[in-house]
Amino acid sequence: MDIECSRLLPSVCAVLVDPKQFVADDTCLEKLLDWFKTVTEAESSLLVLQENPCLTELLFHVVKLQDVNSNILSFTLRLAGIFAAHENSFQYLQQGEVLLSLFSEAGPLSRPAWEDPSVRSGWIQGVGSMVQHERAVQFLCDCGAIDVIFSLQGDPSLFVASTASQLLVHILGFTMHSRRAVPLTTQDCDWPVCARMIVGHIEESLRSGTVPQITQALNVLTTLFGRCHESWTEVLWMRMNPFVGSLLEKEPLLAAHSLVDLFLSMARPQTLRTKAFNILLQPLACVLQAASQPTGSPGLLDESLNDSVITDILLSSKSSCAGLLCQTLAHLEELQPMSHLLIDWPHVPLLSAVMTILRFCSGLATPASSVGDRLCGILIGCFRVQRSALDFLGTLSQGPSPSELIRGVVEILLVYLKSPDSSPTVLKKAFQATLKWLLSLSKTSTSSDLCPQTQHFLRDLFPILQKRLCSPCWEVRDSALEFLTQLTKHWGGRAGFRQALLSSEVPELAEDLLRDPESYVRASAVTAMGQLSSRGLCSNPIGTGSKNDEKKSLFLELLEILSTDSEGFPRRAVIQVFTEWLREGHTDVSKDKEQFVTKVLQVVSCDLDWEVRVQGLELALVFLVQTLGQHETECPYAVEMSSVTQSTQLTESLQMLCHMKLFDFIFSALCDCDRPVARKSCDILLYLKAKLAHHGSLQGSGEACTESLGTQNTAWLETTLRKWKARDQGQPSEVADRGDCQEPDDVLEVLRSVDLEGLRGTLAKSSDHIEKSPQSLLQDMLATVGILEENEADCY
Amino acid sequence: MKLYSLSGHPTLPCNVLKFKSTTIMLDCGLDMTSTLNFLPLPLVQSPRLSNLPGWALKDGNTFLDKTELIDLSTVDVILISNYHCMMALPYITEHTGFTGTVYATEPTVQIGRLLMEELVNFIERVPKAQSASLWKNKEVQRLLPAPLKDAVEVSTWRRCYTMQEVNSALSKIQLVGYSQKIELFGAVQVTPLSSGYALGSSNWIIQSHYEKVSYVSGSSLLTTHPQPMDQTSLKNSDVLILTGLTQIPTANPDGMVGEFCSNLALTVRNGGNVLIPCYPSGVIYDLLECLYQYIDSAGLSNVPFYFISPVANSSLEFAQIFAEWLCHNKQTKVYLPEPPFPHAELIQTNKLKHYPSIHGDFSNEFKQPCVVFTGHPSLRFGDVVHFMELWGKSSLNTVIFTEPDFSYLDALAPYQPLAMKCIYCPIDTRLNFIQVSKLLKEVQPLHVVCPEQYTQPPPAQAHRMDLVIDCQPPAMSYRRAEVLALPFKRRYEKIEIMPELADSLVPLEIKPGISLATVSAVLHTKDNKHVLQSPPRPIQPPASKKRKRVSDDIPDCKLLKPLLSGSIPVDQFVQTLEKHGFSDVKVEDTAKGHIVLLQEAETLIQIEEDSTHIICDNDEMLRVRLRDLVLKFLQKF
Repeated sequence: MDIECSRLLPSVCAVLVDPKQFVADDTCLEKLLDWFKTVTEAESSLLVLQENPCLTELLFHVVKLQDVNSNILSFTLRLAGIFAAHENSFQYLQQGEVLLSLFSEAGPLSRPAWEDPSVRSGWIQGVGSMVQHERAVQFLCDCGAIDVIFSLQGDPSLFVASTASQLLVHILGFTMHSRRAVPLTTQDCDWPVCARMIVGHIEESLRSGTVPQITQALNVLTTLFGRCHESWTEVLWMRMNPFVGSLLEKEPLLAAHSLVDLFLSMARPQTLRTKAFNILLQPLACVLQAASQPTGSPGLLDESLNDSVITDILLSSKSSCAGLLCQTLAHLEELQPMSHLLIDWPHVPLLSAVMTILRFCSGLATPASSVGDRLCGILIGCFRVQRSALDFLGTLSQGPSPSELIRGVVEILLVYLKSPDSSPTVLKKAFQATLKWLLSLSKTSTSSDLCPQTQHFLRDLFPILQKRLCSPCWEVRDSALEFLTQLTKHWGGRAGFRQALLSSEVPELAEDLLRDPESYVRASAVTAMGQLSSRGLCSNPIGTGSKNDEKKSLFLELLEILSTDSEGFPRRAVIQVFTEWLREGHTDVSKDKEQFVTKVLQVVSCDLDWEVRVQGLELALVFLVQTLGQHETECPYAVEMSSVTQSTQLTESLQMLCHMKLFDFIFSALCDCDRPVARKSCDILLYLKAKLAHHGSLQGSGEACTESLGTQNTAWLETTLRKWKARDQGQPSEVADRGDCQEPDDVLEVLRSVDLEGLRGTLAKSSDHIEKSPQSLLQDMLATVGILEENEADCY
Repeated sequence: MKLYSLSGHPTLPCNVLKFKSTTIMLDCGLDMTSTLNFLPLPLVQSPRLSNLPGWALKDGNTFLDKTELIDLSTVDVILISNYHCMMALPYITEHTGFTGTVYATEPTVQIGRLLMEELVNFIERVPKAQSASLWKNKEVQRLLPAPLKDAVEVSTWRRCYTMQEVNSALSKIQLVGYSQKIELFGAVQVTPLSSGYALGSSNWIIQSHYEKVSYVSGSSLLTTHPQPMDQTSLKNSDVLILTGLTQIPTANPDGMVGEFCSNLALTVRNGGNVLIPCYPSGVIYDLLECLYQYIDSAGLSNVPFYFISPVANSSLEFAQIFAEWLCHNKQTKVYLPEPPFPHAELIQTNKLKHYPSIHGDFSNEFKQPCVVFTGHPSLRFGDVVHFMELWGKSSLNTVIFTEPDFSYLDALAPYQPLAMKCIYCPIDTRLNFIQVSKLLKEVQPLHVVCPEQYTQPPPAQAHRMDLVIDCQPPAMSYRRAEVLALPFKRRYEKIEIMPELADSLVPLEIKPGISLATVSAVLHTKDNKHVLQSPPRPIQPPASKKRKRVSDDIPDCKLLKPLLSGSIPVDQFVQTLEKHGFSDVKVEDTAKGHIVLLQEAETLIQIEEDSTHIICDNDEMLRVRLRDLVLKFLQKF
């Protein structure tokens, strides 16, 4: 616990025990408990108690207070529990008999505050925290607390009752766990005292013949068997068996629901898993049957479908049908990646089921029964189901599918992509599913180019893509562009794809969308064009120089978007594309990298969007790395050049970077009012520092260079730092003029002078790190009380 | 109450409702699909069309699809729900002896007039060189090639009406506003309600004091340009007659508009022209609005849009002036003030140009590639015929069908072989079956009556059970030339009571909250209004012969005996008898009541729930005495 908190703690404790003060916000108490928990886990709880006697005093005081606020009492009980969880603190508290007065039968039970459920709940939680060592269990048995827990099982408050049951399970589990070594029989004498008490109580309850007691006992057993699978539980079950058995023989059956729960919790997980999976498959089996599809592999259709419940739910109403199918499909989608864990993951029947659903939804399936008729009526045009089914269809691309089914998948995907009735969201899913299937198809083909089936698919696909790129609905244009980007990313190098793409109008349409009225579409068009251009699929060379072409080069067009677009999304997309071009060495960019970077950064530095500026820094970093090389540690096998050559190169590089005004950009970013920008800049400077340190440039220039620094240079540093300081104090920067950083030595000087590591640490902290601290919590509590006092004073 | 169905076309209905003493015709749509049996009428001599082999002769062009199910001269009023459903009006008002009134809203009449004017213009400007009618003879018709030989009732096909007939027909229309109540002969009240489908389109409520029939025809729940549909006023109907649902239930208008725009853009980008055969009003407004928003994003700003129709100018201008009939958004624009439809701006910026025909200015200003909106959607007459001939040979061009009234394949038949691309994007904003079932759930009519087509799935999609009207009890269906007795009986009639007569009544409370009074009055019925008037004064003894003669004319009006109510408590009755000196009274219980036996007087008093009999032998005095005792227990009024 830090000193500041220790200093504040006594006043807070005093506030808590003062009946005149009132802690209005009980979340403060919760936060306080959370904090104590972290403190006691991190350091010795005994030490905390000893160093902060106010805590023990608080416990004592509350015990003695007659008229105590129930919130405070509950808090105290839980606080005592947290400390008593550690054996040495437990002993320490035991000495003063605090625990006895808090948790024994003579404790708060006799107080009027006990009527408040929060106090009873606090008591249970206190006891629950405490049960971490043998002594605590012993103490509870001795002081009669166990009996209190038994009685709390029937508490009028459901929360209290249920926590009491869980506490019993916890205590029993703890006691038995610590006696693991000793082999156990059903004989009573083998069991620890506390366990004997609890088990005896359960047996007695099961025998009692009264429903509430039987239910309580069964609930304890259900929780126990559900949570704990150690060997002693089997012995326990042998003890319980006759009692539970006799319950089953009774007519009428008492506490039937609880009995069912008990049996369910005892069922072995594997069986359950299979059963659960079968239940998931039922609705799909029902759909397949409705369309009289041929039966599939075992697990989905071999058992004849007699479950009328599922069919009834499916057909009862449109919303329940759609809900059930969507849920089923979503669960199956989650399960698919784990399909290898399930013995019989019925891939093929699932695929045909989901295709049948999609056919039903688009009015293509022919129903084979009255169930089918009804399903057909319900599912046609149901976007929700269409979306879920397309998602799942996409997931199923991971798996071995027979070619005739693949043909069906392709057909149904084309139907959805083509249909004018597909809503924008459905279409998006259809594009995503199509992409997954296309990629999986190309994976299976052995040759380097696309298989004939895929080629055929593409021939059908491009006219559709063309039409979608012309859609009046911007969402559609957007998802079509995203699809194009992804497809180009994966297949840009494949001849079949290139041929199909270039013989269509898609590249021209995509380029036109750079001028779309909708900013999201412009952003997607930028990304798509960037990708097409990288793959040489763009008719328009990006040539960085401004030529007198009749058509503007793509680079200039993107640069114009970056400098003039009023929305952030397209600008972010442009700078990302530029970074990508630079990173992967786009042929046109590589011709004159410096000019490219200079032009881009010139525009980025004025951008109002911090994300654009961060991405601009990323571009700068990529360029720096390309110029100066990787971190040495990252490339241990690199051929070492002679240090003289290196430093000559380095100096030249630094000079070039200065000339490009790259450092101006990075340093002004360091003073940026948006933290992520400053952080990124800091990271870059650290990279640079490490890089230069490695070459000894920093030490080398040390003392000697300081002398040579002109006054102007120091002034520049001061200006920069003043700006930084102004930002730190939340004042707008007064110094508007930007210092010029012309010489490499200036840069080295800055890198030497500024504590970049410290700066990074400060920047890494979230802006609310102060508000979240425990000091702040304690201060807040005191402040609230202070305000209350002021109000009182106002009243008089 | 009966419904006579005169049309087999569910979206071009013509029904006659006999309700109380009125005969009301609901719509008179004109089914023009039979024009598809004829060759197109080219504006310019077309060697190709005139050299087609076989039956190249032309005949009348528009057809009236009616039967002699009912004498149309007996129709009292015609209610028009929208401008598409009034195209047969001249045939009815001008040639059947019709003397009644036609009710329609102002936009319906104005735009209806434009549609008729365009039709007449299209037909009349290409005068026919020859005409044939002998083929209509059944014997000859039998020998004709396929579609014609199967056509039914060709003898009822008529020539197109003239402008004079149109004007005469339109002069019989009385303009009405939404929610206006119109009394018909005092018998029923009719009210138009907004139906949301087109400018001025209406559904109608036909109601008497105790019955309500709703007529729903061509309604839309989509947000397009017209005022939204008024659903609440349709509640509590005894019968709801449902016609004019979407003709393409499987096509969602939004998707179709998207399809329309994308295809248009792709064609124009490649230097092709786009032809849109359409009506001069209706969906075209929405399409222009949609294109207005779309052309910039699709880079089509420099492509000219042409709207060619003899009524193009009027149609575009009318749309702007019917502010009160527009949806809320457009209405508010008027107060800014801005034109409610953005096509005004398209015209102002010269992006949209309109011409009465291809002759004249258009031929000088025409630039390609372009987009042309023109009629008629059947491709049989109008300027569209010319463009089909002009552009049909190039695969760069596209014809986009947006009107759902005609089969596009049939429409294209005479132009085959055709190189130009054909896109079918039918845009029908009328109710689909999902919307109908929601509407019926909301409105809850006791009975639904609809054309038989809506009770079974379309033949081409027999498994689509979702494409039928789903309601409880199942909808009653009708087919062409069928008379349907509507499934409810009239049980009450409202009668007014004159104040002085009402004043004279003395109600008697017979049960808590229920009072009765007898009324003696004369029922006076005039103009379907029923009034109870005070009866003439009792007949005075004749003072003179002359007077007597006068009084002879007054209906014989006897003094009525008072009515009795109540029951006789037997025990008290026996006590009363004993008090009045009857001894030896015996009471016997019977299945229906009691018999009180006066043994001494040899008299029986039979008391039953609804009658009391005194049986005694010729002792009138005794009978009267006993009667009076019985009456003491009863209430008189």
